[in-house]
Amino acid sequence: MFETEKRSIPPSSDETATTLLSELAAHLRESRTQLRQEWAQRITKARLLTAMTEQEVFTEATAVYDQYVEALETGTFETLTAYARNLSERIIPRGVETDEVVGIVLLLRDVLARSLFAKYQADFAMLNRILDAYEPAANRIANTVAVGFVQERERIIREQQEAIRELSTPVLQVRERLLILPIIGVIDPQRARQLTEQLLHGIRATRGKVVVIDLTGVAAMDSSIANHLVQTVEASRLLGATVIVTGLSPAIAQTLVNIGVDLGKMNTVGDLQGGIEEAERLLGYRVEQIMPREKLADPLDDIAR
Amino acid sequence: MIVPILKQGEFLIASIQSALSDNDLLALRDALVEKVVALRIRGVIIDVTALDVLDSFASRTLRDVAHMVRLRGAQTLIVGIQPDVAFAMVQLGLTLEDIPTALDLEEGLSYFARKKR
Repeated sequence: MFETEKRSIPPSSDETATTLLSELAAHLRESRTQLRQEWAQRITKARLLTAMTEQEVFTEATAVYDQYVEALETGTFETLTAYARNLSERIIPRGVETDEVVGIVLLLRDVLARSLFAKYQADFAMLNRILDAYEPAANRIANTVAVGFVQERERIIREQQEAIRELSTPVLQVRERLLILPIIGVIDPQRARQLTEQLLHGIRATRGKVVVIDLTGVAAMDSSIANHLVQTVEASRLLGATVIVTGLSPAIAQTLVNIGVDLGKMNTVGDLQGGIEEAERLLGYRVEQIMPREKLADPLDDIAR
Repeated sequence: MIVPILKQGEFLIASIQSALSDNDLLALRDALVEKVVALRIRGVIIDVTALDVLDSFASRTLRDVAHMVRLRGAQTLIVGIQPDVAFAMVQLGLTLEDIPTALDLEEGLSYFARKKR
């Protein structure tokens, strides 16, 4: 029965679809206040966007509603895409999840479809044509918004990963021409590569003469990473800098011996303090205590006073 | 392309400005080794700051220069190796083992100044 109905509809060309869509848009603009209200209520009822206040939800709902109707009418998604990205940028930091965003867009789609049913229920053929025009457009909109949100999330995740990677190998200047590179945690090949790059460029940028690489926070490394470490030490020498490696764990020492590292080339000291003292000696610094320890003010005195 | 060799007191400074052919490198080697004795030179500084590639032939030639200059009574110092070049060289096993290196020309001159004292 439905099939025969459907066949009786003249095949809708692009042009009739466009006319239908503009008729649709006109209807949605007319009922804007009511539909927007209904949508906002259904969002609240479905407990979506709980991270935002009702007022905020309403404001965003209004903007989305208008963009939605515009996209339906014109069939162009640039404005909507841009808005979706902008919205995602604002709401992602507040903990809004993907399912919520998809949920509210689908809710809007439902609310609008309901209103179309209500308006055209008398004319079944017309309703069919309207839905034929409405559904693909609405699906594309839902798709656009959801994809925009997910892409924004992925962009943020990528940025954060980048930041973490950079922070994971800090090259710090502790004195004129003395750099330290504390390494904590597991070193994977990518981190090793980045470590080398940051160290070599750091030497060039700060005119480093002595570098202390502290491995106290590294429990073990495999032979390829150990080899990479030795190469980094040699490359630093080519730039005219001396490297002191400190805090080698027994396991790493074993690995270095196993790969047959030339100990004449590796300058190693037991702990970071010893490494910095050795570096200061190489750079011609002498650090001495100028006040006897018993005369030093106790930091706790300040608090007692 | 001919590399200009500047005499600065007891030192020779050869600043390589662009990628060199193998023949240019050999010409540079011969010129440096020749001048070391002729000009009573104490140290030779080769500046490779402008190079973004140092292949095995270039590395080997630099090493040869250093060894030949030493036999003729002076010292060679390589300065200005770029970070990426340094790591690429090490990965290829071209570590210029026994040749001193410095960050740039200024460092190189102060290296020789320290040696004198």
